Amino acid sequence: MPFQEIKLYQAGTFVAGNRLLDPEQRSVQARTGRSNSLTSGHRACQGCGEALGARYVLDAAMRATDGKLVAVNSTGCLEVFSTPYPESSWQLPWLHSLFGNGPAVASGVAAALRATGRDDSRVVGQAGDGGTVDIGFGALSGMFERNDDVLFVCYDNEGYMNTGVQRSGATPPGAATATTKALGPEPGNVFGQGKFVPLIAMAHEIPYVATATVAELRDLEYKVEKAMSFHGARYLHVFVPCPLGWRAAAADTIKLARLAKESGVFPVFEAEHGEVTEVSRIRRQVPVEEYLRPQGRYAHLFGDPGRPDVVARIQARADRNIARFGLLGEGDE
Amino acid sequence: MDKPFAITLDVGSSRANKTGSWRTERAVYTNRMPPCNDACPAGEDIQGWLYEGEEGGAGYEHAWRRIMEDNPFPAIMGRVCYHPCETACNRGHLDEAVGINSVERFIGDEAIRQGWTVAVTAPPSGRHVLVVGAGPSGLAAAYHLALLGHAVTIKEAGPMAGGMMRFGIPRYRLARDVLDAEVQRILDLGVVLELDAKVTDLDALRSEYDAVFLAVGAQLGKRAYVPAGSAAHVLDAVDMLRDLETGEKPLLGRRVAVYGGGNTAMDAARTAKRLGAAEAVVVYRRTKDRMPAHESEIAEAEDEGVLFTWLTTITQVDAGRLVVERMELDGAGVPQPTGELDELEADSLILALGQETDLSLLEGVPDLVVQDGVVAVGPDMMTGCAGVFAGGDMVPFERSVTVAVGHGKRAAHHIDDWLSGTAPEPVVRPALATFDTLNTWYYSDAPRAHRPVLDRARRESTFDEVVLGHDESTALLEARRCLSCGNCFGCDNCYGVCPDNAVLKLGDPKAYLIDLDYCKGCGICVAECPSGAIQMVPEEI
Repeated sequence: MPFQEIKLYQAGTFVAGNRLLDPEQRSVQARTGRSNSLTSGHRACQGCGEALGARYVLDAAMRATDGKLVAVNSTGCLEVFSTPYPESSWQLPWLHSLFGNGPAVASGVAAALRATGRDDSRVVGQAGDGGTVDIGFGALSGMFERNDDVLFVCYDNEGYMNTGVQRSGATPPGAATATTKALGPEPGNVFGQGKFVPLIAMAHEIPYVATATVAELRDLEYKVEKAMSFHGARYLHVFVPCPLGWRAAAADTIKLARLAKESGVFPVFEAEHGEVTEVSRIRRQVPVEEYLRPQGRYAHLFGDPGRPDVVARIQARADRNIARFGLLGEGDE
Repeated sequence: MDKPFAITLDVGSSRANKTGSWRTERAVYTNRMPPCNDACPAGEDIQGWLYEGEEGGAGYEHAWRRIMEDNPFPAIMGRVCYHPCETACNRGHLDEAVGINSVERFIGDEAIRQGWTVAVTAPPSGRHVLVVGAGPSGLAAAYHLALLGHAVTIKEAGPMAGGMMRFGIPRYRLARDVLDAEVQRILDLGVVLELDAKVTDLDALRSEYDAVFLAVGAQLGKRAYVPAGSAAHVLDAVDMLRDLETGEKPLLGRRVAVYGGGNTAMDAARTAKRLGAAEAVVVYRRTKDRMPAHESEIAEAEDEGVLFTWLTTITQVDAGRLVVERMELDGAGVPQPTGELDELEADSLILALGQETDLSLLEGVPDLVVQDGVVAVGPDMMTGCAGVFAGGDMVPFERSVTVAVGHGKRAAHHIDDWLSGTAPEPVVRPALATFDTLNTWYYSDAPRAHRPVLDRARRESTFDEVVLGHDESTALLEARRCLSCGNCFGCDNCYGVCPDNAVLKLGDPKAYLIDLDYCKGCGICVAECPSGAIQMVPEEI
């Protein structure tokens, strides 16, 4: 754990609040005065991981910048469910342009703030995995390469959920989507495609790159706060389960995020200037099957006779993450 | 109002969109029955007082007051209770049960150190209740009756208060200053204690009082016929422990045999060691796993060098030796004689074969039912005779200090109802907070702290307390291992994890509200509540 973990206080720092801790030691989300950057009444599905992740990130960023924050949004669920004209769920200055140009608009806003001498205001760009990994990727790479003073946040739910659950460059192998049906000898999304943008961001050697999940609030808030302590291009990739697209129970959103990390499917780490500096180690390791089974998009792997071979390949990918990032070893036990 | 080009509507907040209308189930805060509370014979709200104690500092006194609502003997409980709460504790599935007993002892001792007291706040009822017997059950009943505003007189046959807590439990398990302090606190409420006041004819006495609570215990050692030579030295365990308490040291010799397998047998053997016996051997007719003695007592006896002879009965006692017969268990687990005889050297034999109640005082009391040597009582602890209640070892339940204390409390409340002519409030027991209702991911890994014990050398030669108490920081950490099963402990997780900001935090710990205008009924708060204190309830549609 990169952040200061507090042990032996019943629930330690695993929960949001914990009445036994000083108020200063509690998470932003546990405070009555949190900014609720994304307020109630938004039209996200029941149990939306992205809505949760966006509030976690922006509330923490609002706190870190004393409320001087502008958000730029690419098209995607996050834009559609939060701002059906004329209503808005955003309780901070918020700007939307197109699907593909979010990072470029964010760069422009940062430049405009600098040009008008408002250096104290900071910019967050945000998008789903479609807007980040696929459609906005060129603009994002440019933003990184120019080291523009923007924290870009990708809420990764592994597909184009808003338009009907199509495959994106972040859809994992084996997962069924509308465009990668659970049919044929290789059901679901194929192996050997797709990309993991955090590593590409690191290749730009920008000041700060981190991954996080909605299951570890403290870790997420710590990373947002740390990102806001840097100037220049920063990238945060947040794993946000999607009950609709993953065909999972709405109540399981956080559980799935936790299992993704604990199985090694999603590595949680942070990197500075292209080097990994910290990893969140697995606390209670589980086989990938435990993560896959509750999700309808993997149901074809567990029918009768099922596809244990495909599950084994997914396990091998998780094992590779575990080895590559050193996710095992001394945990926090 | 002038609007920009192509804009016809005023901007507004999405809060106008009441997404609560999507919901088919709603989250509801709930309280489940923690397994510790469920198992406590004295009916303590263990999860509740641990919650208070977890705060540390002023929390200890709050915790103590919570215990005192149900049980006037926290420090005694923290020493002699066999803690069925810990056996039931959900944390046992995770690592090891919370050391509830050790925390209770710390809190009880802290109360004695700090001199915390309780006061009677109820107005005097004008009623007078007689309690017969100053053991745990009688004292507990007197305590609760006094708190309810009744005048209480305890008549105790013995020279000191405490009953089996004094005359049955040796001082190495319960220091007498602790016992005295907790008994005195009850007397300070205005309870009248008459010592050496054996009640011999209850029927003549009961008209002087508005109600009677009988708690005379069971202190007659059961006799088993063992043929004994004229020089054989046979004693009764209960008599021996009592004599020791009143200052008489029994002469036991070098080798002592104890006959029986209960807690009293363990106490007799351990006492014999302390009195200088080189060898104390427990003779029991069944096997170790069938011994009625509590596991911890057996372990402590073994630690102190007490020897055990299983599957053995005593057929004859002579000076310096016993004739014993080997037994074997039949299919039903009943020991059967094998005819195989052996000899065991022993200078004295202590019988610890269970206890019976002296019920002679009840002669002439009408409608009282005695079955198998104990007094039958209804669910309200009342005997067949109206206004005469009974509890503790003299009624047909498991015999322990904690059970007796629970009887005292229950009887006191039923006596109060009976005196005022009101029907008792129906007891609603919420559903049990089973392990599968918890989300244990959230709890810190925290191994249990075990209490230190006295050196073996000092255990063999002195009556100093064997099990020592925790210091403050250890007791606090142990309290904080509580999972708070089935009850909110103010972790703010529900407030944090709602994607719709539909959990409102009202400020005080444990004060949350579901905003039904926006709750979509996703159930994340329920799934991510560590203690299972929220549940989903279907909406009426």
